[in-house]
Amino acid sequence: MALADRQAAFGAALLDNRLPAPQGLLGPDGKPSSRRFAVYRNNVIVGLIDALSDSFPVLRRVVGDDFFRAMAGFYARTEPPESPVLLAYGAGIPAFLEIFPPVAHLPYLPDLARLERAWVEAYHAAEAVPADVSPLLAMAPAMLGALRFGFHPSARLIRSAFPVLTIWQMNQPGQTPAPVDMTRTEDVLILRPVAEVTIQPLAPGVAGFLVRLMAGATLSSAAAASFVEAPQFDFAKALSALFLSGALTGWHGGAATS
Amino acid sequence: MDGALRFESSGIPARAGVGLNAAHYATILLDRPDVGFFEVHAENYMGAGGPPHRYLTAIRAAYPLSLHGVGLSIGADRALDRDHLARLRDLIARYEPGLFSEHLAWSSHETGFLNDLLPVPYTDETLIRVCAHVDQVQDTLGRRMLLENPTTYLTFAESTHDEVDFIAEVARRTGCHLLLDVNNVHISATNLAYDPFDYIARFPLAQVREIHLAGFTPQVDEAGRPLLIDTHDRPVDAGVWDLYAHALRMTGPLPTLIEWDANVPDWSDLHAETVRAETVMARHAAVRHGAG
Repeated sequence: MALADRQAAFGAALLDNRLPAPQGLLGPDGKPSSRRFAVYRNNVIVGLIDALSDSFPVLRRVVGDDFFRAMAGFYARTEPPESPVLLAYGAGIPAFLEIFPPVAHLPYLPDLARLERAWVEAYHAAEAVPADVSPLLAMAPAMLGALRFGFHPSARLIRSAFPVLTIWQMNQPGQTPAPVDMTRTEDVLILRPVAEVTIQPLAPGVAGFLVRLMAGATLSSAAAASFVEAPQFDFAKALSALFLSGALTGWHGGAATS
Repeated sequence: MDGALRFESSGIPARAGVGLNAAHYATILLDRPDVGFFEVHAENYMGAGGPPHRYLTAIRAAYPLSLHGVGLSIGADRALDRDHLARLRDLIARYEPGLFSEHLAWSSHETGFLNDLLPVPYTDETLIRVCAHVDQVQDTLGRRMLLENPTTYLTFAESTHDEVDFIAEVARRTGCHLLLDVNNVHISATNLAYDPFDYIARFPLAQVREIHLAGFTPQVDEAGRPLLIDTHDRPVDAGVWDLYAHALRMTGPLPTLIEWDANVPDWSDLHAETVRAETVMARHAAVRHGAG
């Protein structure tokens, strides 16, 4: 049997339990042993489920261990990793949760998974030094409008139609979940300015403001769009959130450069 | 092999080392325990930045480091992943590990990365494939690699070579060095009913530069025969310690890694395993003269 045929059959049967064990896999007596092939089947799927379990601990707590492992197994068989670097595995989980029928009654789960995914991405993101913002605080407001900002590579925004941060917080180790007002929306900034991942809630309109700035808009155009988007947008609060977040690595335009 | 590869001294002492686990980062940096070296899985440090790199940089500054790949898929029927090789090259440039090792196994396929060290049939076709890949790795990284003997739960009907002969031939053709995983020998020999002491006696020990020790989980197959699973989740088994002593009597002292990657114990329990390994090494390994 050619190596390519052997590995094609072996690989296909590993992730599909409906297929029989491939031919020609033998025990010590030279006779077929499907139990021995099952060891590899189990190793592969358990390894992938464990990797997802490490990346989505809050999701696991919310749906329960047994349900999580069954769901993660289903996902792993459908979308096995493309890369041997498993740090990146699970990026498709939020989209999977949108269409996985057994969790249709928990519509906040995809955003919860997005928040956990953002945490992992921020944790492994490239290093960068947050800028000292004191020059900005000293600048005349008229000078600020033309500024464009550089953001830390770890910065991630989640805009949720659910109280996703509240749910995340009350499902941390040692916390006790309580009833939540599901009509509340929450926006969140995830960041790893130095060694620790930080998660901060954002006031109404601020997330849209940051999204535009991260896309390269000037401060004045981002603010103008935010007033249109969210009438309660508080520019002073948004500026202070931006300057104190640790998310900025530099700025240019206006009178000052860095 | 490529004549540009010169003899290198690894910088990893002939002592016991530990597979680095995130749960022990802080303890190691605060207490600076006396261990010979640390070894990391390369793929766990392929993120761009963040705490894993911060910790590893600090630990590397205080200890010799060995790099162990688990995702290169050297035994696959397809070309090596050039992006992955480049990531390995970058990681080696960054941390300057004394040793780099990978497995005689495959894991990548059309369906994706299969996340296990899957076995290869020992045929002429596999031998040519594996040697080409080892050559490519050594050329790309500009250094010799160590190839690790696999854990096996089954054999292939199409195999035409004995495992030891196959590994010896890869080492002869490519000039690669070898990592002797004594736990894998014990597991494979039990699962496939052969003599592990004979396996080690026939192994090309002159090429071995590192030993791995670990724990396994005992199960049985459908015929009630022993089926040991390579789980790295408990202390090293008594039979593996015996086999380790047997190997050391022939090799002399070698860097020896304790692999304990699941159900990771407190640091003190892990450290106790390294003390035991060094005790066995002191008792059974006569120092080799002129080895290399």
